[in-house]
Amino acid sequence: MYLRADSSKCSGCRACLLACSLYHFGENNPKKARLVITPHFPDPGTFEVRTCTQCGECAEVCPVDCILQNEKGAYYIDAQECIACMACVDACPEGVIFIHPDYEAPFQCDLCEECVSYCGPGALYIE
Amino acid sequence: MNGYAGTVLRVDLTKGEITKEPLNPELARGYLGGRGFAAMILYQGLEKGTDPLGPENKLIVATGPLSGLLIPGAGKTTFAAKSPATGGYADSNVGGLLCAEMKYAGYDAFIFEGISPQPVYLFVDDEEVELREASRYWGQGSITVEKALKEELGEEFQIATIGPAAERGVLYSCVTHDFGRQAGRAGVGTVMGAKRLKAIAVRGTKSIPVADLDGYRRISRQMYDACRASEAWESWTRLGTSGVNMWSNEVGSFPTRNFQSGAFEKAEGLNGELMRERIVVTDKACFGCPSPCGKYSYSRKHGVRVEGPEYETAAMLGANVALSDIEDVAYANYLCDEYGLDTISTGNAIAFAMECFEKGIITTEETEGLELRFGEAKVIFALLEKIAKREGIGDILAQGVKHAAHVWGKGSSDFAIQVKGLEMSGYESRNAPAMLLSYMTADVGAHHNRSWAITYDIEVGRDKVTEDKAAKVIELQHIRPLFDCLGCCRLQWVELGLDLGYYATVLKAVTGVDRSWDDLLKISERVWNLTRAFWVREVEGFGREWDYPPARTWKEPVISGPTKGKFVSREDVERLLDMYYTQRGWDKNGIPTREKLEELGLSDLVKI
Repeated sequence: MYLRADSSKCSGCRACLLACSLYHFGENNPKKARLVITPHFPDPGTFEVRTCTQCGECAEVCPVDCILQNEKGAYYIDAQECIACMACVDACPEGVIFIHPDYEAPFQCDLCEECVSYCGPGALYIE
Repeated sequence: MNGYAGTVLRVDLTKGEITKEPLNPELARGYLGGRGFAAMILYQGLEKGTDPLGPENKLIVATGPLSGLLIPGAGKTTFAAKSPATGGYADSNVGGLLCAEMKYAGYDAFIFEGISPQPVYLFVDDEEVELREASRYWGQGSITVEKALKEELGEEFQIATIGPAAERGVLYSCVTHDFGRQAGRAGVGTVMGAKRLKAIAVRGTKSIPVADLDGYRRISRQMYDACRASEAWESWTRLGTSGVNMWSNEVGSFPTRNFQSGAFEKAEGLNGELMRERIVVTDKACFGCPSPCGKYSYSRKHGVRVEGPEYETAAMLGANVALSDIEDVAYANYLCDEYGLDTISTGNAIAFAMECFEKGIITTEETEGLELRFGEAKVIFALLEKIAKREGIGDILAQGVKHAAHVWGKGSSDFAIQVKGLEMSGYESRNAPAMLLSYMTADVGAHHNRSWAITYDIEVGRDKVTEDKAAKVIELQHIRPLFDCLGCCRLQWVELGLDLGYYATVLKAVTGVDRSWDDLLKISERVWNLTRAFWVREVEGFGREWDYPPARTWKEPVISGPTKGKFVSREDVERLLDMYYTQRGWDKNGIPTREKLEELGLSDLVKI
């Protein structure tokens, strides 16, 4: 089970990013979101959404084994144990482990589904 | 300050100096943001008689307290200045992502002053702000420059640019953002060009503080749910504003051949459904919008990608110039975007020249050999380029239809379709007195977004010239521009029926200031009276006659379509103004009275 995206339905509004940062950090800040929208404009004029596929590569490369799985099976980084080596960020094949200057530890999707509930065109879903 | 970023950036382009100033809490309290900020800063900050294209004019870029928040459509940025097109007040807003990024970077507004000695762009990356050399971009198209800046700086930067038309001083040049969205009207791009400011690039990583996080999130959720539950959501999202095309044609408000008619016999070619099937590639939303009306298109015929055509472009560069192939309209739209021209004024100006040609007022001598026939795509593209480059006849049209009518004479001012020097947008109104009054009294000139009252005309009776119509126009002139103060889109209310009550409650949660909807409307009325006062101060002899529509309104009935034979008489025009002024608390000449200014808390500021 992971957060999936049908990029062809994405309209680039970024409500998902804001919903994500509000849910996890209580802040209005899309730069603290756990998924990413990359617009490709002016040509071909499409949006590309990338989400965590829960592939587990991050956990494999973590030198201090601080990337664990929650009750939904989603990988998460235990910020208390994280040494901020960024090995997981580099290893993530989707580029969806995020960093922000406010935090030492990176962060990633924990399958909370908040973004799904705000997506107008229904581009995001859990499956 | 909750709901705000807290800082205003003042950029002196002459000296190349940038200063950060704390946002004045009184400004936020009294004027909210966006257009409210712009009106106050321009009224207070400009000396009477400021040259719109001189160093003393200010270009304001302003966000609102809801911009960048989880509110449906919280992506409206206001660009404002003293207008070079009209000589009066101008603000024009653009959707997209710019205002959100400005607030994440920590800024509620940018104020540009002076004129840069060489082309520059403003670079903003959180605290890091500087003016950077932009000579390599000067002369290049809006879309080209936006793409280049994103490649140079990074995709996360939000960009606003001007095109070559603004550099050359075409009076209806726009500011372009997000690959095809425009602050289009009244020459805000022209002012940016005169300042030699080619672009603005912003990235921010900060958070926007809110007073009551739980309350804000709860109401936000309700607003998104209500949008999705709206019966209109599916059709609106599918077609966006292009869904208006056929409706407008059916009710006879689709401007055709320079507003000679309100129905275009080939309108089917501009049908939104057909456009969707034939050229739309992607739905494209503004910040946080669950019902994206932006349609990003690809024309195979012309090999171009363009956002749109929107309703206004289909009207003004479609029916109004008698183009019936949506791909030709898309190409004209693309040319306007790249050159940085407002599609509304451009379509209006081309149509005016064509009618003048049709009537023999101008000949191939004035047009450098161009046969200006309605419906001729190649001629329209050629004339559009002449306007952008200010070549020959294009130089006359680049100064607007009021100017062109003055140059060509022979009664052409009767059908120069403008008010206050601003070309009318896409609603033929000779059988819609409330819509006509909306155009007559809009505070930037003949633009529809301050009051879109044609549905009210249809609802209560199109021939009626009654007090309730003036009341409706005033009501709309307070509600709709309020969204431009809040920094978010009005279309969720207009098109999806989102309850207006949400906005007062969510604003309270965001700012922590308890204000009712009526309190907010009072602020909007204050802004309206302030922009009116700006006109009074800046335009010698300003008054009633500046609110007159073109004489075609009473001299020539509509020539075809469902409103054939209809017109609004000169007497009814005067009656509309009398009713409107009285209800507004203005005098017979349309000047706000002392009592009204006192009621609105403007009597110290405004001395008229």
